[in-house]
Amino acid sequence: MNQSSDWNPPVRRAGAAPEPARRGAEPSSLADILERVLDKGIVIAGDIQINLLDIELLTIKIRLLVASVDRAKEMGIDWWEHDPSLSSGARDVLEENERLRRRVGELEDGRGAHREDDHGTQGAEREDER
Amino acid sequence: MNGSLATWLYAVTAAPEDGAPPRGLTGVADEPVRLVESAGLAAVVGSVPLEDFGEDALRGHLEDLEWLERTARAHHRVINGAARHGQVIPLRFATLYHDDDRVRAMLQERRDDFTATLRRVAGRTEWGVKAYVDPRSFLPDPDEPTDGEESPGTAYLMRRRAQRQDQETAHLRATERAEEIHAALAALAVATAAHPPQDTALAAYEGWMVLNNSYLVPDALGEEFTALVTGLGERYPAITLEVSGPWPPYSFTAPPKRAEDAQPEETPS
Repeated sequence: MNQSSDWNPPVRRAGAAPEPARRGAEPSSLADILERVLDKGIVIAGDIQINLLDIELLTIKIRLLVASVDRAKEMGIDWWEHDPSLSSGARDVLEENERLRRRVGELEDGRGAHREDDHGTQGAEREDER
Repeated sequence: MNGSLATWLYAVTAAPEDGAPPRGLTGVADEPVRLVESAGLAAVVGSVPLEDFGEDALRGHLEDLEWLERTARAHHRVINGAARHGQVIPLRFATLYHDDDRVRAMLQERRDDFTATLRRVAGRTEWGVKAYVDPRSFLPDPDEPTDGEESPGTAYLMRRRAQRQDQETAHLRATERAEEIHAALAALAVATAAHPPQDTALAAYEGWMVLNNSYLVPDALGEEFTALVTGLGERYPAITLEVSGPWPPYSFTAPPKRAEDAQPEETPS
């Protein structure tokens, strides 16, 4: 998530997995469920209108939450602590946090106007690389 | 008390012959799940308190990851449970009506769409396949270190540029492999849909997710499909493949008529 300055992120799964293909664990991963229940499934305009269209906004806000260091540790996402290539994981996370906050601000100012560069944040590290 | 409830919709299905709701399922508000029938269809629904599921309350809750996780999982659990009793059309999270009559009216009105969609996904199942790579496995061989007379600054910049180019090469190579994998998988599927790469923090992975697709596979080919994923994983040792499913057909029930809307089918990720 914050490798834009140094591009070799540590990889936990690729290459390290004893078996190349795994049957998805039950229960399914939260990311898998969210991308389906929030982004797929038939949309019917119900009586109570909730703007779920801004998935990007939503996922960024979630990410903000996850990216705050304590919270992330709580959830077991603490790989940066053990990775020597990330000299200051906490600082990176704070920078990432700051960047995401700006993005949320932009999105809230111009709702939906950014769908085109939608992947700018979700696939940030891929985009940065290109 | 009745006035403070709304009807949360999970899925639409063909009305069961016995009219019985899927047993033992509880929904997003721990409420018992029931059926609202009309026009030969049934909506799988639950009554939820407006206090928690009204517009403002929902908006607040949506930013609470714990709430969202719990509720999204509950929504999915009901859809999954209903799918065990027959083909379902999953509905988007937070589809809410004021009461059951409004749900019946909606079923009536969209009857043809729903019926056609149910027919389209009948006997087929969604499988998810993700591919992860360690970018380092796709890097070109390191060039001879240029130990010329450049100033440290120039050398640094050149090194940075080389790294960036290598990075692009690695990404291209990984993406090409992912496309080959996708093509092999798509051969067993009647439809495919691409999702954006998942958020690294949320999904807790590192490296690149070069494939995150859904495949609508005939039930009879399910085993073959998962075996193919395993086989592909062996054929491409630098790529870690992960299969998830079977899923209710979340990614394949949108109306097929949004051609200008950049059909998800063709978006390689």
